Amino acid sequence: MAEKVEYVIEPSGRRLLNWAEIWRFKELFYFFTWRDIKVKYKQTVLGFLWAILQPLLMMTIFTLFFGRALKIPSQNIPYPVFVYSGLLIWNIFSSGLINASNSMINNAPIIKKIYFPRIVIPVSAVIGALFDFLMAFILFFVLIFFYGQSVSLNAIWCWPAAVLIAFIATLGPGSWLAALNVKYRDFRYIVPFLVQALLFLTPVIYPVTMLQYPILQYVMALSPIYAAIELFRMPLSAAPLEPTLLLISLSSGVIFLFVGLIYFRKTEDFFADLA
Amino acid sequence: MKPILEVRNIEKKFRIHHVAGGYLSLREKITNGLKFNYNTSEEFLALNDVSFDVAHGESLGIIGRNGAGKSTLLKILSKITPPTKGKIISRGRVASLLEVGTGFHPELTGRENIFFNGSLLGMKRKEIENKFEEIVDFSGTEKFLDTPLKHYSSGMQLRLAFSVAAFLEPEILIIDEVLAVGDAEFQKKCLGKMEDVSKSGRTILFVSHNLAAVENLCSNAILLDQGKIVAHGQVDEVVRKYQASHTLQGTSSWERKIKGNEPAYFQKIDVSLLGDQPSLKLRVTTRILSQAEHKKAFLALDISNSMGITIFQAIPELTPFIHYSLNERDIITEILLPPLIPDVYKVSAWMGSHNTETICWNKEVVTFEINESPTQGRNFPHSHHNGFMVPQSSIVNG
Repeated sequence: MAEKVEYVIEPSGRRLLNWAEIWRFKELFYFFTWRDIKVKYKQTVLGFLWAILQPLLMMTIFTLFFGRALKIPSQNIPYPVFVYSGLLIWNIFSSGLINASNSMINNAPIIKKIYFPRIVIPVSAVIGALFDFLMAFILFFVLIFFYGQSVSLNAIWCWPAAVLIAFIATLGPGSWLAALNVKYRDFRYIVPFLVQALLFLTPVIYPVTMLQYPILQYVMALSPIYAAIELFRMPLSAAPLEPTLLLISLSSGVIFLFVGLIYFRKTEDFFADLA
Repeated sequence: MKPILEVRNIEKKFRIHHVAGGYLSLREKITNGLKFNYNTSEEFLALNDVSFDVAHGESLGIIGRNGAGKSTLLKILSKITPPTKGKIISRGRVASLLEVGTGFHPELTGRENIFFNGSLLGMKRKEIENKFEEIVDFSGTEKFLDTPLKHYSSGMQLRLAFSVAAFLEPEILIIDEVLAVGDAEFQKKCLGKMEDVSKSGRTILFVSHNLAAVENLCSNAILLDQGKIVAHGQVDEVVRKYQASHTLQGTSSWERKIKGNEPAYFQKIDVSLLGDQPSLKLRVTTRILSQAEHKKAFLALDISNSMGITIFQAIPELTPFIHYSLNERDIITEILLPPLIPDVYKVSAWMGSHNTETICWNKEVVTFEINESPTQGRNFPHSHHNGFMVPQSSIVNG
């Protein structure tokens, strides 16, 4: 109780993020993430194995249809490894986005009764997706061995950087959608559709070089998750990265983050009245 | 020493949108943009220029009728919703208990829920670990710690929830009506625990309908009416003032203005007294409207006194007898009243298919007043300090 707390409650208009306060509530990030993971795998026979099975099954399906039947090129990487590496990062984005967009509504009873920095909720929802990533990442090593895939040393920085970028790329739109969803429940229906459509507009199942027109590559790079996927695959492939495309995608991620956080902040105060 | 809480000119305005469905949808937003903007919203002042100070270690009760703005005030003090105008300076760590068991998850075990709920209430993980034994002890649920909460009885859930809250150690504790639930013995235990808290020099803000609990726990009180403070001072004075103003608002007849969305609901409730003390009878006429399929239901009538304490519950028929097909009907119940002391009593009507399955519940909607003493020839005024009833008694040895 040594710490002195003095604060003022006023109509509105504080800064974007109150870091001191977020620091004070830091344990809540852990507890929300922990609760979501626990609840998600309660009463399932396979438990955490689902986190591995889901991308594995998707990989199998994509390999059969796109790799074998349609013979999509994969930058000299065995197609299963290619698609799995893409799915690993993609799943951070897709499940993170879906979790985050529903997170405020799912926690409405808590929001109405207890105060804490609201940003904890969408952030924890995205961290939850990182947990699934870590589980699936273990299987990734198995795949690498199985297919004798060579991995360059760049992986030491490329992979963590890719995960960080994926986190930021998800948090921006995620917090935006979380706030929008409180106000307009339409987003509950829009988000799953959006995610599904985006999967085909992101180089998960095919390489970006497959696109004939350079303009299309630029459009694709507008997606904030694009940079994360390319960076994650870099240690696997000999194909060089396109700096312009990466830069576009990174800027898009940063812009989304700011727009998302600003919108979230603007509506945060009224969540309890609306939810 | 500066006051621990300074509340200055707080105002809270709500805009009531008259839209169907309860929340906005994008389509409405878009189509409304195209339409002529006829006014479908109305402003409503939940709080109007509320100012007061709370000193260190003070325990302040907040009382008032339903809709007086008590809950809104607590929500603003707990930072859940911002005020429209005014400001509050707080000089201590606040923990608010607007509900017990916030964030309890049915799939998590008792142990897991203690940790999650505790951290939501602002406890550090270390703190929870240190107090874990005590919390479990206080709740009396040690046998079920690793059982998912969904298998707990509602009483057990409540005890567990309250136990976590009881071990909070904030400088300012804000409590809303949480004592309204739970069995009597546990309520007592909780009140005791709260008294300990207030004695240990912590500041408490307490909202309750239970005036006796407010009197017990608080030294001062404020009385809110239609968003304004109408009285502020010593607790017994404020409580007396509230009771006096409340009596005038009593009505022996109530009618529901808005159509309910429950499958069956009370449309009208009337009460009247028959006979004389000490064998007074209360006649309650309830008009019940069934509008959708529902299980057969039965009726319960709760009688509470002006302190907000429920004196008894009358269940005229134990087997469910209200059918869906009956559509609309009056049920007239006569209750032989126990020898109640003079006071203003309130009647709550409940309807449900099972004790734990409520269909409709209207709390304290009608009142009746008893003026006569149940003991004939008594002149000395009755006081609730000596109990709520005076049974007949006589000396039998001579």
